[in-house]
Amino acid sequence: MLEVRNLHVEVGGREVLHGVSFTIPDGQTHVLLGPNGSGKTTLLRTLMGFASSRVTEGSIIYNGTDVTGKPVHERAKLGMGIMFQRPPTISGLKLGKFIQATTNIGTDTIPVLAENLHMTKFLERDVNAGFSGGEIKRSEILQLTVQNPSFVMLDEPESGVDVENMSLLGHAAARLLEKDQHINARTKSGLIITHTGYILDYIEADVGYVLIDGHLQCSGNPREILKSVKASGYKECAACRR
Amino acid sequence: MPQITGFEDISKEDRDRLTLTGINTENMDGRSGSFVMVNDHVLHAGSNAEGIETLMIDKALEKYDWVKDYFWKAVPQDKDQYTKYVAEHPQKGYCIIAHKGAKATFPLQSCMFLADDTIQAVHNMVIAEEGAELHLISGCASSMKTKTGAHYGVNEIYVGKNAKVTSTMIHTWGEEIEVFPRTGAVIEEGGTFLSNYVCMRPTKMVQMYPTAWLRGEHAVARFSSVIVAGTGSYVDAGSRAVLQAPNTSAELITRAITNGGTIISRGAVVAEAPRTKGHIECRGLILKDGIMHAIPEIEGHVVDVELSHEAAVGKIARDEIEYLMARGLSEEEATATIIRGFLDVKIDGLPPALQKQIDAAIDSADDNGY
Repeated sequence: MLEVRNLHVEVGGREVLHGVSFTIPDGQTHVLLGPNGSGKTTLLRTLMGFASSRVTEGSIIYNGTDVTGKPVHERAKLGMGIMFQRPPTISGLKLGKFIQATTNIGTDTIPVLAENLHMTKFLERDVNAGFSGGEIKRSEILQLTVQNPSFVMLDEPESGVDVENMSLLGHAAARLLEKDQHINARTKSGLIITHTGYILDYIEADVGYVLIDGHLQCSGNPREILKSVKASGYKECAACRR
Repeated sequence: MPQITGFEDISKEDRDRLTLTGINTENMDGRSGSFVMVNDHVLHAGSNAEGIETLMIDKALEKYDWVKDYFWKAVPQDKDQYTKYVAEHPQKGYCIIAHKGAKATFPLQSCMFLADDTIQAVHNMVIAEEGAELHLISGCASSMKTKTGAHYGVNEIYVGKNAKVTSTMIHTWGEEIEVFPRTGAVIEEGGTFLSNYVCMRPTKMVQMYPTAWLRGEHAVARFSSVIVAGTGSYVDAGSRAVLQAPNTSAELITRAITNGGTIISRGAVVAEAPRTKGHIECRGLILKDGIMHAIPEIEGHVVDVELSHEAAVGKIARDEIEYLMARGLSEEEATATIIRGFLDVKIDGLPPALQKQIDAAIDSADDNGY
């Protein structure tokens, strides 16, 4: 599904990622851990192709296509999708109108999907204007559900979300990644940034990574890594040389 | 040119242009009244709503003795050279009278069409008596073949006690046309005046500064303007509200985009009485080199007034464009979607037919290129 080779990325003229490589096979979900400022969000933004992240070396291969230099919308059309952690507010643009503009699915379908995520009344509101933390996440997951990407990137899906919303979001994210389907039937892949690991209560992940100062320090069983980080922080990871 | 006696004498493309300004050129369906003026010739004046009359202004002055009590009272005759010009010429224009308690189900339409290279001088009046309600769509346009020309329009609007007048003006002038509307509104106790202005096609010069005088307690005025100015356009459009009675309020909202033209967005709220409120909001986008000059003014004269303004001029943020692109829209689609949202000023209480007209005008700006 996704192959990242020796990725070097600059943000504002400063190198943030120093040669990151990993591969996510079809049907697998991987988890990215790491302290604040380690470059996790930059990695996701680079994969999606945002202009502020400049690739200086390395490549991103998505389903056999080199997308390293492709614009954002072409990556989206190829099946890459991202849940923003802090999406911008778009004044005057109604959420429902926006979602409809991004899809060919019938106008009857969006209200049903919105209802499932308790987002019905938000369809008539400006995109993200005055949304709470949980509402932003529900809006994001609704947009992704309509977009139905093959490769799903979630940037801290649990931040700012209360317990009740967490369950709603977790299940929706799991459906997005076909976790309700048999392991052999799954084709969709994901990459999830998490600090708390709460999302792992809903989405079984296959591989975990720790990103420290723009280097991938280790990979392995995500629950084990999370357990070790929770017990002793990222100090051990930082000391660890793969 | 041959005398125009009906919409059928106007070319198809000019009729399409009028349709974009909110004018139904086919029939009176969905309209409570209609007034059509081509150059200085009145083509049609009539109403089909009970208690509402659409008359030619000279006929109205003849028919009702009291109309003269309103004549030139909201706009002074000697205000400037344009009002003087209108005063010195034969009075042409409409006088819409909504008698006490009359409520129009559908909007009334007025169409000012400039068919030749001439000066169109117009004097219009709207008189809404106590408790009356009406919505007026004013579509102003020039023929595709008009090269030069000017429109001097005096508009006097009287909103009686507990009456409500919504006035939506959509301008579709030509690139060489100069337009000088002079509008004054007087609002009595409990009255509401909503003014919407849409100008999205290139116009050589628009200069207007409508003023609402809130004379009675609890009167409300709201001005909303949506302006797009391309290269060669000079739009100096503002609005002013003078709060003269206690508990009156006014809101002035502008969304403006320059695509190479000059926009001067003036706004003023003057509070002369206590317990009054006023707010000015002006947001401008510069898409291509042009000038966007916002001049908000708030002026309080007594204790216990609440006045505020916010103005912002900038460009579309990159992260907004990329956010939409991440959902599969191309950069051009994302930009157009954001702009359409930016221009989408929704006004509470606007009848759906009027909102539809504004939406259509905004969508049509797309064809024109921003």
